[in-house]
Amino acid sequence: MTTTTSVDVPTTPETKPGRPPGRRAGVASFAALLLSPSLLILLLVIGYPIVSALRLSFIKTVDGVDPDTGLVTHSSVFSLANYIDIFRGDTAAAFRNAFWNTTTFTIVTVIIETTIGVCMALVMNKAFRGRGLVRASILVPWAIPTAMSALLWRWIFSADGVANDLLRANILWTTEGFQAWLAVVIADTWKTAPFIGLLVLAGLQIIPAEVYEAAKVDGSSAWRTFWRITLPLVKPALVVAVLFRMLDVLRMFDLPFVLIGPQKKSTQTLSLLAYNDMSNLHFGPAAAYATVLFAYVAVVAYAFVRLLGADIVGRGVGGGR
Amino acid sequence: MRGRRASAVSVIAGALGVVLTLGACGGGSKSGSTPAAGTFDAKGPITLATGKDTSGYLQSALDKWNSAHASEQVRLIELPESADQQRQQMIQNAQTKSDAYTILNVDVVWTAEFAANGWIEQLPADKFPLDKILKGPASTGQYFNKLYAAPYLTDGGMLYYRKDLLDAAGISSPPASWDDLAADCKKVQASNPGVGCYAGQFEKYEGLTVNFSEAVDSAGGKVVDDSGKPVVNSPEAKKGLDFLVNGFKTGVIPKDAITYKEEEGRRAFQDGKLIFHRQWPYQYKLASATDGSSKVTGKFAVAALPGLSGAGKSSLGGHNLAISKFAKNKGSALAFIQFLTSEPEEKLHLQKTSEAPVYSELYDDPELIKQFPYLPILKASVNDAVARPRVVKYGDATTAIQEDAYAALTGQKTTDDALKDMQDKLTSIIGK
Repeated sequence: MTTTTSVDVPTTPETKPGRPPGRRAGVASFAALLLSPSLLILLLVIGYPIVSALRLSFIKTVDGVDPDTGLVTHSSVFSLANYIDIFRGDTAAAFRNAFWNTTTFTIVTVIIETTIGVCMALVMNKAFRGRGLVRASILVPWAIPTAMSALLWRWIFSADGVANDLLRANILWTTEGFQAWLAVVIADTWKTAPFIGLLVLAGLQIIPAEVYEAAKVDGSSAWRTFWRITLPLVKPALVVAVLFRMLDVLRMFDLPFVLIGPQKKSTQTLSLLAYNDMSNLHFGPAAAYATVLFAYVAVVAYAFVRLLGADIVGRGVGGGR
Repeated sequence: MRGRRASAVSVIAGALGVVLTLGACGGGSKSGSTPAAGTFDAKGPITLATGKDTSGYLQSALDKWNSAHASEQVRLIELPESADQQRQQMIQNAQTKSDAYTILNVDVVWTAEFAANGWIEQLPADKFPLDKILKGPASTGQYFNKLYAAPYLTDGGMLYYRKDLLDAAGISSPPASWDDLAADCKKVQASNPGVGCYAGQFEKYEGLTVNFSEAVDSAGGKVVDDSGKPVVNSPEAKKGLDFLVNGFKTGVIPKDAITYKEEEGRRAFQDGKLIFHRQWPYQYKLASATDGSSKVTGKFAVAALPGLSGAGKSSLGGHNLAISKFAKNKGSALAFIQFLTSEPEEKLHLQKTSEAPVYSELYDDPELIKQFPYLPILKASVNDAVARPRVVKYGDATTAIQEDAYAALTGQKTTDDALKDMQDKLTSIIGK
């Protein structure tokens, strides 16, 4: 969960108009002073690693082995080679495959999870006996660490596991192929649909009951009420939930790693590709993959914010228009 | 407008977290300085970095040393259970040139990488009784004919088989070759239709490298020749790979086995679903359990691995002890390694943990054979075993082997194409 922690970047408080200029300057510098420790920490734990990773991605290392002693010889130069290799030769195929998996995982899981999550929220929002129990039980998958749930799903999807028993089939889920991709989608949906459900529920609960009463008086059908009232009013919460999920899936790592295995092409994501390179000591290419993934995440997030006006720092939706 | 931009900026800041983990791990790739010959004089406290001490036995061995060496205390540093993570932590320790780890418990396949990068010290070969050690394990600590790690524990594959089923089918001895194995299965399956014939470790991970190399070596081929050159695109290697590929095609190897690691295969064998199983010695004790967890207790025996024509060859597993280049008190470290890898200590270790020793004599000890009936078979297995490719970039090499072997087993590539591609990849990785 590295992404969510750094979302609340403190923005400099806006100074209200109409204050005496001298005092404003004093307040601003005092505010800067108060913020400096957190800015310093952010610089240290976010700024430095990013710059370091960027620098690393431009270093091309050529390894050789000394034929007499067997010792490794390194030579490093600054170049664009790591980035060029992403689009050329064998590594290009691996990159395209990982990029495709990352993208399809993101699109498919987010669509399914949003649909199920909204349904869950609508159920949880209704007043009925045992509502508390339903809410708690829906959240259980979200509370289980991904690596654990991946292990549980690995048992379910094993050759003699529950999934095959239920389907009366003998599918080898964890082998290369579409079924491995599907297994990841199923496990991910199970785990994170409740997350969307929870955020949407919070959005549903602030919709005033009067709006629904008015709709009822006007004779609106349940379907129309959902599309015309519930969805527009819950949109701010929903958009934020979907954005978080997208950022999460784009960097998906642990689920395919544990459930299917790190070397499988069918479920290899960009994070896994970077990890594999890093564990084989190819730091330059690994950093290049990570940088590309970073750019991809940033572009998707930016486009999403521009298109749907996601309000992630809580200023109210209408503010920017 | 300002609000929009602020939110976009903070989204990007959030996204930055993605690269953090990766960026933070990649620091510092400088190494390759020429190592000076090590001196082993300094005495003092040291540490032993090793995988999780699951048996709890290791600590008691340390206590024994510590009570006799007050000024040279050894502290146990337990690393994660997964071998990949152990390797990663050891590499990080080396790259930061930290003296936190003195002695490293290294997997036999890491020796070349650690030695070539100058992360471990060359050891004086005359301080270890290498002539009393089985030749397979003794070779695993060497790189370019120099000793870098002291042989500590070893491991070899054996053929577990259902003696009861073979007896019932009138077969008196375990199969000596792959053809015998398939023929025996036919006879047994005639009266037991539900039981699978043969399995090993065929999931796409290190176990596949082990099983693929075994098949190639058992058919008279080689993955890498003695000078370190890849020679996997040979008719012999093709016969080895064909045994596995055809096994899957003809049903000699059950379809499920493509998902088997050690534990999945062990469960299948213990549930009575397999006649023959290629496995490490650890399965013996678990499959003999009398608490009801195993359905084959007392019904199985072990034999040497079969090959194309006659006995097969196992891949070598095991661990060796090395001294970190950046450690202090290397004199104490050397003495401690000598103590821990001494014959009496290894005997105790075997008795407490059933992990196989490297000393030839221990395998002939009648008292030990009584406790571990498989020792004579294991001795033969380990003695003839072949080390996995001794490659500096072992991680890349094993990935390439797994990639193409798996493609062949799942029918994505023909054996010819798979071996040709594997040869090309290994050649570019090894660089010869």
